[in-house]
This record gives sequence, structure tokens and C-alpha cells, in this order.
Amino acid sequence: MALASVLQSESVDFSNYGRQRHGFASGLYEAELGLESVGGDRLSFALSTSCSNEDGPDRKIEFLHGTTTLAFKFQHGVIVAVDSRATAGSYIASQTVKKVIEINPYLLGTMAGGAADCSFWERLLARQCRVYELRNKERISVAAASKLLANMVYQYKGMGLSMGTMVCGWDKTGPGLYYVDSEGNRVCGDLFAVGSGSMYAYGIVDSGLKQKDLTVEEACDLGRRAIYQATYRDAYSGGQVNLYHVHSEGWTRVSQSDVLMLHQQYQAEKA
Amino acid sequence: MKICLKIVSGHFYGDNGKMKEYHYTGPVEHRFSPYSFNGGTVLAVAGEDFAIVASDTRLSEGYSIHSRDSPKCYKLTNTTVIGCSGFHGDCLTLTKIIDARLKMYKHSNNKSMTSGAIAAMLSTILYGRRFFPYYVYNIIGGLDEEGKGAVYSFDPVGSYQRDTYKAGGSASAMLQPLLDNQIGFKNMEGVQHLPLNQEKAVQLVKDVFISAAERDVYTGDALRICIVTKEGIKEETVPLRKD
Repeated sequence: MALASVLQSESVDFSNYGRQRHGFASGLYEAELGLESVGGDRLSFALSTSCSNEDGPDRKIEFLHGTTTLAFKFQHGVIVAVDSRATAGSYIASQTVKKVIEINPYLLGTMAGGAADCSFWERLLARQCRVYELRNKERISVAAASKLLANMVYQYKGMGLSMGTMVCGWDKTGPGLYYVDSEGNRVCGDLFAVGSGSMYAYGIVDSGLKQKDLTVEEACDLGRRAIYQATYRDAYSGGQVNLYHVHSEGWTRVSQSDVLMLHQQYQAEKA
Repeated sequence: MKICLKIVSGHFYGDNGKMKEYHYTGPVEHRFSPYSFNGGTVLAVAGEDFAIVASDTRLSEGYSIHSRDSPKCYKLTNTTVIGCSGFHGDCLTLTKIIDARLKMYKHSNNKSMTSGAIAAMLSTILYGRRFFPYYVYNIIGGLDEEGKGAVYSFDPVGSYQRDTYKAGGSASAMLQPLLDNQIGFKNMEGVQHLPLNQEKAVQLVKDVFISAAERDVYTGDALRICIVTKEGIKEETVPLRKD
């Protein structure tokens, strides 16, 4: 499997045993953020043990996970906006998480779900994209990159990976945006919002995108506003809004704004 | 995501944290658990040209204390210290693996690993056990290539990021807000953001652990502080509450 080839794994394969992660944590920092895949369809005849707060695929209680990430295509490329909060239960593990992973200078990946899963597999994707470039002497397309990622995680389907990511970039067919998750979904689209705050974000972006031909400035404001509103209403999203713009030359980091500052700014504008 | 507030030997606690009835009848599945929780708190702070990694030295399990002198900071190189708390068995194995990998790197590359490289390597080591994780909360403290203090905090499966300060382990939820306020100046208005110097940082760490020992049963006995500067690593031991 891909994992074993990257890491010279000297440990015994406990994959059958380790399906259920035992968390005795009164330490809390599992840094789960964002969308968790619905793996609860498997039948389980085992009685729940006393420590049944399990995060494995047999999980019965659906937890809403803390994150809001969104990306949308527009005339001048793709806007990617994310929050920066990581929660472990009701403890905020960090307010400064980087949920946008820079795969290469023209491809971005967002992070929702298990932080380690997202950052590991997207880092592996960066490696695969580079190998593609070296072999084929041209940049990889967004469709191909997202397919590589989807195929990599599909091998681990059902084993408890949790990853909901959007692969955003610009290739020779123009702006590209794909949603890939650990369930095996891979969809192309113009607008995605992922996470517990996604519904709030969708509301803002859907109403703002009505007018065609947004300028870069307007699109950035729309993305920022959408994440801000999501952090306002969703307890599990917050921290800062990180905004990226993907255009024909690659991606640029537009801004990082603290949500409290944005709040004061919008209040002032209202007045 | 869950928080398990019950203690490890919690035969008496049900799923939702309420006490179970003693006369429970019916089948109960018992299962060997490869993990146990040994407690302990770790803290790391990065300064302009120094880094501090501190941990208590209590090793507990359930209601018992196994040892009062089991520090959780391990020296990796001259410029890096790691603090590991959680399940002591995995802490030991993990530090052995890191030491071995450091040696291998030194032999093949003829130089010591930098703090950032150690952090990236630890992330892949932890993720290699994604389906049977090391139950360890790691925090690395050290100096980066420019000589500035660096702190890297991890989750049990390898997600990591660089911070200025981080608390991990059993009392982390008590310490982190205090650090946010005193080092990060969060939620304070009209305060000068003074940079942290080494003496103030060490004093703050001592005070913060004294507070943690007051309110967390798994933290106490003694505090081991490792101060990393370009001159090397200095260790200090401070007594804490033993109850």
C-alpha cells in the first residue's frame, strides 16, 4: 500500500485490531476538524464497551465537526477561504491552524476532517505531482491531481480515514475545483463549502454570486464575509480567516484576518 | 470528537459520565486494552533566542502513583528537547525510535537534524501508526536554524504546527488559557506587548505548573525545566505538591 512504501514500517500490521481507536483521553488534543465521513453504516454485533466514545468507523453518534472551508470559481480564477480553529470535543485545541495546504505553486488543498490525514495525504499528493512533472515535463492538471488523491485514499476506504478536501488550481483548461473525500467522492464543481459552518457560508456565497463578473476584490470580500458569518454562528469555527486567490500565474495568499477585527470592521460599516 | 472525562479505571462510570448502577446485569464485553493513561503535563515556550520545555515528573495510573521522578522531557540533540505525555510505554518506544532515526541521519548526512526536520520526521513516524496510534502527546522545543526559539506541537497521529507556546497532557486545558493571556496577551486591551525574556519565561513556567498541580490530580511531585539556548541545554528541578 502507498503508506507502507513511504514509511519503512517496522511495526506489525495491526490494521484489523486497530480499527477502533481507543481514546482514553483526558488529554484532549486529537485536533479533529471539519467534516467527518459517515462511516456508520457497518453493522456491529459487539456490545458497546464502557469506553464506547470511539472514533472508529463503528461510531454511532454523529459529531458535527468544527471547520468552515469554502472555495468557488469565478471569472478570474478560484477563491479559497478557510477558518483556523481546531477543536477536540468542546476544547479549542488551536486557533491558528493552517487549513490550506500549498501542494505546489499552482495547486492548493483545503483541510477538513482529521488534520493529520489531510496534511499527510496532501503532502504525499505534492510528491506525486512533482513526480508527474518530472516524468511528463509538464504541470499536472487539477483533474489528474484530484484523481491521484482520490485513488490514494480509496485504498483505505472503511479504515477510518477522515478527510474532506477541495483541490483548487489553475491548469491549461482554466480554473479547476474538485471536492475529494475519504469516502471516495470526487466531484467537479463551481462552489463548495465543507464543514460544520458550511451551511452559513453557502448562504452568503450563493447570494453574493448572483451578480455575474465579480472583480477579484469583490470575490475576496465575498469569501471573507462568508467565512466570517460562518464563524459568527457556528461555535466550532473561528480564529482567523485565511484567504487565497488562484489565478493563471498560480496562487497568492491574499489575507489573514482575525475574526474579531472583521467583526468590528463590519459593525463600523453598518453604522 | 469526544472528551473522555472519566478516569481509566472507570468501571463505575457509564458512557455519559454518570455513575452506573452497581447492580448492572447483562452481558458486558471485556477486552484487553493495549493503552493506559499515565498522566503528566508538558509545556513548551519559545523566546527570541531560547526555548523552554518543562514537564512534571509524576507517573500515575488510575488512582496510583508509580513514580515521583519520571520526567517527560527527553533531550534529542544539543538544540532540541521533546516532551511526551500520555501512555508511558509509547513515550519510551517513540523516543527510542526518534533517537535511532537521529543517529541514522547523523551517520548518513554528517550533521545533526534541525528542529524543523525532527518535527517533520516525527509527523511521519506518528502517521505510520495511523491505525494503531502512539498514544502520546508530543511537544518539541528547540532552536531553529536562525537561532530563534521554536515550538512544535503534535497530535497523536502526526498533525503538527509551529507555535510560540503550547501546553499538552492532562492539565493542558488549564494551562493553555493562562499562557494565552500571559504570553499571547489575548483578550487584554491597552497592554504593552513586551517580548518574553528568559528569566520571566522560567518564572512563568514555574508559576503555571504550581497552579496546575493544585487542580490536576495527575500533575505534581516535581517540575523539570529544560532551557535550550545556543550555549546548550540547562536543566532545573523545582519541587511541586506531592499530594
